[in-house]
Amino acid sequence: MKAKGTVFKYGSNVDTDVIIPARYLNSSDPAELAAHCMVDLDPDFVGRVKEGDIIVADKNFGCGSSREHAPIAIKASGISCVIAETFARIFYRNAINIGLPIIECPKAAKDIENGDQVEVDFDSGKIYNRTKGTEFQGQAFPPFMQKIIQAGGLVNYINAK
Amino acid sequence: MGMTMTQKILAAHAGLDHVEAGQLIEADLDLVLGNDITSPVAIREMDQMTVDTVFDKDKIALVMDHFVPNKDIKSAQHCKCVREFAHKHHITNFFDVGEMGIEHALLPEKGLTVAGDVIIGADSHTCTYGALGAFSTGVGSTDMAAGMATGKAWFKVPSALRFVLTGALPKWCSGKDVILYIIGKIGVDGALYKSMEFTGDGVASLSMDDRFAIANMAIEAGGKNGIFPVDEKTAAYMKEHSKKEYTIYEADADAVYEAEYTINLSELEPMVAFPHLPENTKGISQIQEDIEIDQSVIGSCTNGRIEDLRCAAAVLKGRKVKKGVRCIVIPATQAIYLQAVEEGLVKTFIEAGAIVSTPTCGPCLGGYMGILAEGERCISTTNRNFVGRMGHVESEVYLASPAVAAASAVTGKISAPAQL
Repeated sequence: MKAKGTVFKYGSNVDTDVIIPARYLNSSDPAELAAHCMVDLDPDFVGRVKEGDIIVADKNFGCGSSREHAPIAIKASGISCVIAETFARIFYRNAINIGLPIIECPKAAKDIENGDQVEVDFDSGKIYNRTKGTEFQGQAFPPFMQKIIQAGGLVNYINAK
Repeated sequence: MGMTMTQKILAAHAGLDHVEAGQLIEADLDLVLGNDITSPVAIREMDQMTVDTVFDKDKIALVMDHFVPNKDIKSAQHCKCVREFAHKHHITNFFDVGEMGIEHALLPEKGLTVAGDVIIGADSHTCTYGALGAFSTGVGSTDMAAGMATGKAWFKVPSALRFVLTGALPKWCSGKDVILYIIGKIGVDGALYKSMEFTGDGVASLSMDDRFAIANMAIEAGGKNGIFPVDEKTAAYMKEHSKKEYTIYEADADAVYEAEYTINLSELEPMVAFPHLPENTKGISQIQEDIEIDQSVIGSCTNGRIEDLRCAAAVLKGRKVKKGVRCIVIPATQAIYLQAVEEGLVKTFIEAGAIVSTPTCGPCLGGYMGILAEGERCISTTNRNFVGRMGHVESEVYLASPAVAAASAVTGKISAPAQL
């Protein structure tokens, strides 16, 4: 499995309130949530994001509220992968559980800039910055989580058991 | 190698004699919680599962608290969805308008959370029940769905930070000041993926409401859970509120902690977290400038309990909310609301010019009941001051205790209660 796209680069502590503000939480429809994704941090995101694009951020991405609407909105907006120095723990669980690929890689998070073309190979955990010609090794998921991701999320994993 | 309190609870619920930090385990759940925002997503996920029944109708709690009484048609649809699910599955602990309260104040009050439990909730502040010596942590809706279906959840056993509390809090200081001080010290990701274990002689001096406020905000330091040892106060609280059997776990003497912090409670002062992160804290004596406010909110799962209201009322008694400031008081549960009425606190609030609302999470997350306009500033006893958290993206939230929020409502600027 691979992801390839243009990078939207953000800083540290991107919280789930800016990813999807509570004023839109009266809906749980992925398409409707995607229409407001990142609005309080980057109002241009929704208009510019293309299928396959990648979010890269610094520390503690997805902190705050446990709302699964946040990774759902990101996934439904077409983002193929989120790379960060670290993730907040509930966001990390939620992303795995709904099948949004995420990778922790401090070096890649530092190197990659807004607008860079980036490719991620999920099998090897390798991250390639095609714009700069740099390459990084992201942290691979433990086998248990790989099983959940391969099943397409926790629901399918439980159904298969 | 010894285990922390959290590790012992997790080991027991995974059927293991011993666990270590980093180990992946599957644990049995004593309670699965959801609210009116997160449950509809979980119910939709459960619909996609091959399982058609819940694991235990008595071990699921569904609390309608975020957008109720419903603020609009869409949130009414969400509550309807949860209500129908609760009815279909005969969920014992479904709390709708009239019985509901803010979930993390309500569940301990109803006796549904006790020492030694493993609890997951599709709400980040589920970590609150650590005040009772339980392992409880926030998860997303899919984990909630899997929990409702199977009664199990997977966990990575956390490492821990140890906070040794000594001394006793001075007047006008509360649990809120303790946790804001700690978050200021270690940062919003200072406890990322870790347990925050509170211990030391100082714990005994903290009331249960102080402990709830401290455990509640463990997530604001990135923590997986916050947990207190069980003492006489905990046992008395559980005896008063619960019929459930509880189990006391204690950390081993040789338990391993990644770091240890000693905090002398008697040296603390009221704390304020400046926008836009809970880690931007200052002691109130360090604030030199006048920070004028438009609104003061006293309530939430952090600070909507009876002691919080008593403290705010003590400040507001015989005083008036400054003209131009909107002061919103929200008792966290129906029982707390009634107690506040009986103790005359509600009278004090209304006479001071504050409003008193039915229990709701509303303003804390910018839902309703106190949304901020562009450029407005709010002092709030809630738990997050992120960009746009309580309304307009250009508004500001300052976090503080009920005493500071009440004093600030009187002066119209961020103020220490001792200086009124």
